[in-house]
Amino acid sequence: MELYPIFGWLDGLLEKVGITGPTADLITLVALAAMVFGLLSLIALFLVWWERKISAHIQQRFGPMMAGWHGVLQTVADAVKLIQKEDIVPTLADRKVFFWAPVICFVSAFAAYIVIPFGEGLIVSDLNIGILYIIAITTFTVISLLMAGWGSNNKYALIGGMRSAAQAVSYEIPLVLSILGVVMVAGSMSMVDIVESQSGWGGFRWNIFFQPLGFVIYLIAATAEANRTPFDLPEAEQELVAGFNIEYSGMKFAMFFLAEFVNMFTVSAIATTVFLGGWNGPFLPSWIWFLGKTLAIVFLLMVFRWSFPRLRVDQLMEFAWKVLLPLAFLNILYVGVFAKWLNW
Amino acid sequence: MATDYSAVLVFIIAGIGFVLGAFLFAKLIRPHRPYKVKNETYECGIPAEGEGWLQFNNRFYIFGLIFVIFDVEVVFLFPWAVAYKSLGLFALVEMIIFIAILLVGLLYAWKKDALKWV
Repeated sequence: MELYPIFGWLDGLLEKVGITGPTADLITLVALAAMVFGLLSLIALFLVWWERKISAHIQQRFGPMMAGWHGVLQTVADAVKLIQKEDIVPTLADRKVFFWAPVICFVSAFAAYIVIPFGEGLIVSDLNIGILYIIAITTFTVISLLMAGWGSNNKYALIGGMRSAAQAVSYEIPLVLSILGVVMVAGSMSMVDIVESQSGWGGFRWNIFFQPLGFVIYLIAATAEANRTPFDLPEAEQELVAGFNIEYSGMKFAMFFLAEFVNMFTVSAIATTVFLGGWNGPFLPSWIWFLGKTLAIVFLLMVFRWSFPRLRVDQLMEFAWKVLLPLAFLNILYVGVFAKWLNW
Repeated sequence: MATDYSAVLVFIIAGIGFVLGAFLFAKLIRPHRPYKVKNETYECGIPAEGEGWLQFNNRFYIFGLIFVIFDVEVVFLFPWAVAYKSLGLFALVEMIIFIAILLVGLLYAWKKDALKWV
């Protein structure tokens, strides 16, 4: 099992106490899970602040300025506020479904981080079906949004949940097909193998240079999968008030919010791994390269959000099926022919 | 390599644990003062009209059906993609035929206006 090198000393410690075998593995994995959870919370705190600063600069709004240097502590203050908020459950809601929706939403976003390579050797477990596993587990978010929409017993929430389901399944296909081109070139679904297949040639082996169309399709579909503007119809504020999370408050709302930003980081991390060469880069440590590239994609997604207006729902669906899907098949054909021709 | 997948189970259970822990922590400090009007379903601030669970346009259902067809196709495509480099030209031609058949299905759905959101 490949674990973070930092945990070498934990293994040694456990061995000294006399805990070995499966028990030691379990303790190490739980410690890793706690570490990833802490890391994701920090990343989400930073991303929320960053998004607000970017929106302020792009749209000449007022961004956070008071709490800490340029408002860096604003999200921390928001989190403390959310913990203290009353948890309101509507009388008519389906209480069990209402309760479990935010849990599933967060866990599906969280479990994807098992196979994300933060750097060379910095991966929890290099599953041989890596990329397929991420696609499968993050799709559970859709179920949680449907649960939230249904469980709230609210018309806005129901419409938001239904829209998100239709949108997510429509954009799932181009997303997966755009990644397929990379799998063909790498000859493996493991995230580590995909990154290693892009090393060398001074950076020109990154898949973005070989299949730019695939990257564009992935980026558009990923924006839709992460429910970001211009594809944020499930939570369109102006018409659905807040969509599926309309009845949520306090910590349950915080979990949806956290999962949204974690999902944004996930799709950016996948884009980095699959198209931008992952941790490959000269001079600096591998994790800095990974983080830098990922944050660059996150920045791009944020600029999208504050620059583009929202699509109409019929345009949204037709774009997925009539434009992105044929283009995705074209990309596969192109990769197939060229990979054979160049004997990649 | 089956043991690698134990990480998935541990992460899912630990993730649920973290979320429930956060809920429990919040429960200890937050106020809890529900009353009838506060717990009503929200609808623009006026009393809610009718049921929240209303009948829905079956568009979603049709998109769901098309999705299942293409998702199953993708499941077939992934093993092909992994082995693509070691397969000959024959594999490419075969897959083009397979995708072409499905694209005819997509064109049919397109012509029948199944891809139209009403």
